[in-house]
Parts: sequence; C-alpha cells; structure tokens
Amino acid sequence: MTRSGLVLANLFHRKTRTWLTLLSVVAAFVLFGLLQSLNQVFSSGSDFIGATRLVTQSRVSFTSSLPMRMTPELDALPGVQRVMYQQWFGGVYQDSTQIFTFAVDPERLHTVYPEWVMPEQHWEAFRDVRTGMIAGRLLAERYGWQVGQKIPLRSNIFPQKNGSKAWEFDLVGIFDGQDAEWQRQTGASVFINHAYFAEAAQFGGGMAGIFVLRLEDPDMAESIARQIDQRYENSADETRTQTEKDFNIGFVKQIGDIGLIVRWILFAVFFTLLLVVGNTMAQSVRERIPQLAVLKTLGFTDNAVLGLVLAETLVLCALGGLLGLGIATGLGVLVQQAAGALLPIAVDWRVWAVGGVAIIVLGLAVGLLPALRARRLKIVDALAGR
Amino acid sequence: MSDSLVTIRDVSKRYQRGKQSVEVLHGVDLDIPRGDFIALMGPSGSGKTTLLNLIGGLDSPSGGSVEVDGQRIDQLSAGQLAGWRSRHVGFVFQFYNLLPVLSAQGNVELPLLLTKMNAAERAKRARIALTLVGLADRAEHKPRELSGGQEQRVAIARAIVTDPALLVCDEPTGDLDRKTADEVLTLLQTLNREHGKTIVMVTHDPKAAEYANRTVHLDKGSLAAAGAH
Repeated sequence: MTRSGLVLANLFHRKTRTWLTLLSVVAAFVLFGLLQSLNQVFSSGSDFIGATRLVTQSRVSFTSSLPMRMTPELDALPGVQRVMYQQWFGGVYQDSTQIFTFAVDPERLHTVYPEWVMPEQHWEAFRDVRTGMIAGRLLAERYGWQVGQKIPLRSNIFPQKNGSKAWEFDLVGIFDGQDAEWQRQTGASVFINHAYFAEAAQFGGGMAGIFVLRLEDPDMAESIARQIDQRYENSADETRTQTEKDFNIGFVKQIGDIGLIVRWILFAVFFTLLLVVGNTMAQSVRERIPQLAVLKTLGFTDNAVLGLVLAETLVLCALGGLLGLGIATGLGVLVQQAAGALLPIAVDWRVWAVGGVAIIVLGLAVGLLPALRARRLKIVDALAGR
Repeated sequence: MSDSLVTIRDVSKRYQRGKQSVEVLHGVDLDIPRGDFIALMGPSGSGKTTLLNLIGGLDSPSGGSVEVDGQRIDQLSAGQLAGWRSRHVGFVFQFYNLLPVLSAQGNVELPLLLTKMNAAERAKRARIALTLVGLADRAEHKPRELSGGQEQRVAIARAIVTDPALLVCDEPTGDLDRKTADEVLTLLQTLNREHGKTIVMVTHDPKAAEYANRTVHLDKGSLAAAGAH
C-alpha cells in the first residue's frame, strides 16, 4: 500500500463512472492532438522560410495576374539578385486530384530557389525540353512517377489553343528539398516550363501570377518592397510586395483563420470536458466525505487530503491525456500515409508539450474546487454526517 | 494521579448552531490513568462523543485544558494535531469507517503511510496487527467481503498498528449483535490488559461497559458519577 496506490484505488472507487470519464478525456485529447497539429501545419508551415525572398503580387489579389514586362524592371532593382515569375496553372491529375502546378522559367527557378535540389542534368532537361515538368519527390513517390514518364494534367483555367483543357507533360526531373523542412514540402508541387505554357495556352501567356525576388541582403527586404509598390502605384498594375513568409501565411488565410477556428473548437471541447470531469470529481468527493474524514482522523493533514484529491484529478487527466495524445499520434501517422504530404499532420513534440500543459491546467482546474472542499471539511461534522 | 495519561481540567465546549450557541460540555475535570479502560456512558446529547473527540484531538475545547501524555493538545494547531493523532491515538468507530476500495491489509497500512517506514515494513506491521485481531487469513479481503465483526476487528487493527498509547472507541459494538460484540469487547480488553493500551470507550450498552475497568457517567455536559467494575 502506497500513497499512489491509495490515489488509484480512490480514483476507481466507481469504476464505470471513472472509465467513462476517462474515455471522454481520451476523446478530447485525440481531437486536441489532431487539431493542434493541423493548426501547426497551417500556422507555422512557413517558419523555415527565411527573409531572403520577396513576393510581388497584384495589389487586388494574387488571383489577378501581372504583366511579364515587369520582369526586367524588377531584375534591374538594386539589391535584387534574381527574379522568378510563376503562373498558377491549376493542374488536376486523373479524376480530381488537385496538384499545385506552376509554370516557371526553369533557369530562374533554379537560381531563386536553391533549396530545391536535383541532379544538374535534370535541370538542363527541364530547361531544354519545352514540355518538360519536374515534380517533388514525395509527390512522385505518391503517384509512382518516374523520370521519362508522360504526365497528363487538366487545367481548369487555361485551355490550349486548340480548345482542349487536357495537357501532357514529360517528367524530366524529380526534385528534393535541401533539408528536412524543405523535403516535407516536396509532396505538393510540380513545375512546368513557362515558355511552353505561354506558347500553347489560349491566353495568359504574357502574364505572371506572382514574381519572386531573391535578394542580395535580407535587411533590404522592407525598403525594396516599398520601392516596388511605390513604383507601380497609380498604374494599371498596382502591386503588393511582402516577404515570402508573409505571402504564404496570407495564402493560407484565404482558406480561413485556421488557428482561430481550431482554438474555438478546442475551447468548446475543453470547456465541456471541464464540466464533465469537474462534475465527476465533485460527485466523487461528495460521496467520500466520511472516508476523507477518516483519513484526517488518522492524521492526514488538510493539505495532504487536498493533495490526494488533486492527485486523483491529475492522474485521471494525465492517463486520459497521454492516451489521447498517443492515439492522435498514431492517427496522424495513418493520415500522413493516406494523404501524403498534402496534409502533413504530425503530432510532434510541440503538440505533446502543449498537451502536457493542457493536462496539468485541466487537472488543476477540475480538481481544485473538490480538493478545497475536502481540505475544508471538519472531521467532527463529517463523521456526524453534518 | 501521578501516572495520568489523560488530564482534563475545567473543559467546556460550545457549538454554534445557527444563531444559537449551545454549550455541550461545561466544567469537566477528568483523569485517565495510563493503562486504564474506561467507559463513558450517558443519555443521548450528554456530551459523550464530544468529550471523546476532545480526548482524541479531533476537536478543540472552547475552554479549559486537555493534556495527553504530557502534551497540551488544546494548544496545538490543526496541522500539529493531525501529526499528534497519527502518533498517539488509535480510533475505532461504530460503523468501522474502513475504506471500501482497500483490502483489510491496505486499510490497516493507512496510518503507516504517515510514518517513515518503507513498504515492506508497513506490510509486516499491518500483518502483525491483523494477526493480533485474528484476521491474518482475511488480509486481502475487501471490507464488503467481511462480516460486521470482522470489519470492526480490521478497524481495531488499524487503530493499534502504529502502537499508540491511547485508543478511543465511539460505540464500537453499536452495530454488532451480542455475540460479535462480546468478541470485539474481549479483544479490546485483551489489548488493555496484555498490551497496556489505555482505552476510552463511549457506549450506551451497560453490558459493554462491564468490560471496562470503570464507568464515567455524563449528564447534560457534566460528569455525573464514576464507578469501578
């Protein structure tokens, strides 16, 4: 018989009720683990991106294109190392799988994004083959694509000059990321040759969705961005220039403020959990008032009894929370296997760390009132049933 | 008395019941010698349990002094009193008050959790106490698997496991049939005579009181009379 044994024995003095409460805690933490990791995917997916690149888009929206003639103008700006233009192609593979397809200049892509790595002969092939396409490693693995294969894509935006929306590209290279973060990004994108796109598309050939500027010095980002936007102010093509990281965050926010949605869902879940577990613990203490009085009679101090009750709630929340996070981790792996890098949910150490804090806060929040009640009870009154 | 374990002087106890202040005990003087076995008797509301609670350090007097084994327990704080109880007093209740989630062994070990003994020592001590009350073979049984008499024996084992000088018993046979009550009282008598435990027992039952060395009567909060058996 130990103190921890006493805590566990008391916790399970009503087994069915405790198991049901435990299940609700587990369910809440499964949801917490998955939503929190989803939130991370959306909110901190750009953390690894440095400030060495600026993105210039139309001031109206990134869905409005800018004229290609801006390329040499941006290239000529002091502090700009190289400019890359890209056009959103909107590729759909097979039945309805959306593939993030961008029409780019191969040579400019190679210069502006050194983070994408690929054998040099593949870069050359991408440059030389007009129908060439390169795909991220994870994406290629997902669909079993091999270099040399023809990849059919349908564009819902750009028909060919012959009116067909069906395009066919030659896969000439498979690129990877320079490090783990960039490698994770290779599950979503493919690049096609802009020259071919411009030549074959019915319209849009002279336009670019965005310009990506690689800078010589990240400290100049703010002044260059201001300079660009001032230059095109009051023109037909007003621009909005921001760091690549801000651009990505803004892109995600087009879907909605995922972080806010997740926070509200979690708030609702934990508020409900607070009531469920709080009620269970309050009931449990109410039922055991004579037993708690006996503990005090035997010499357990008020604080020791408070500690025992708090320990019960903490153990309940810890068991449920850890089990829930464990299940969420497993489910995250399954989701990743099923959806690939398109939804890179990972219940990683950051989720576990936040989960750990949530377990402690929840345990203290639901346990404090019953524990204080147990602490306050007077032996003589409790034994007399008053 | 020179070897008095419990010395009570001019003790009074008032309770607040709503707006009313009720004096349950007033001007009580009592000496209980070490190794004595006394029965506290009296009608309902006479203050027996209140006096027992004061002797056991479960409550503090409104006035007067309570000294047990040379220690003024009426001057101790709640925390000090808890520590004092764990070392010096064993409690036996009418309804046993065992923890239903623990085995007999677990219940008896409970007071030892407050000592510095390791788990093996605690288990050994609890086993000895259970053997003393004749329940070594029921150590792993939960209270609901025991009869009323057996539950009370477990409660007695729990009371003596820390080897306290004083046992306070509140109607220990109030919930038992005659035969079982006699067995429990015989056990208490043995603890008193063979192990030197000082016992203060509240009872309504004159037959139970006969097991004590003497009886102290309380009436309306005052000591009425004392008599030896």
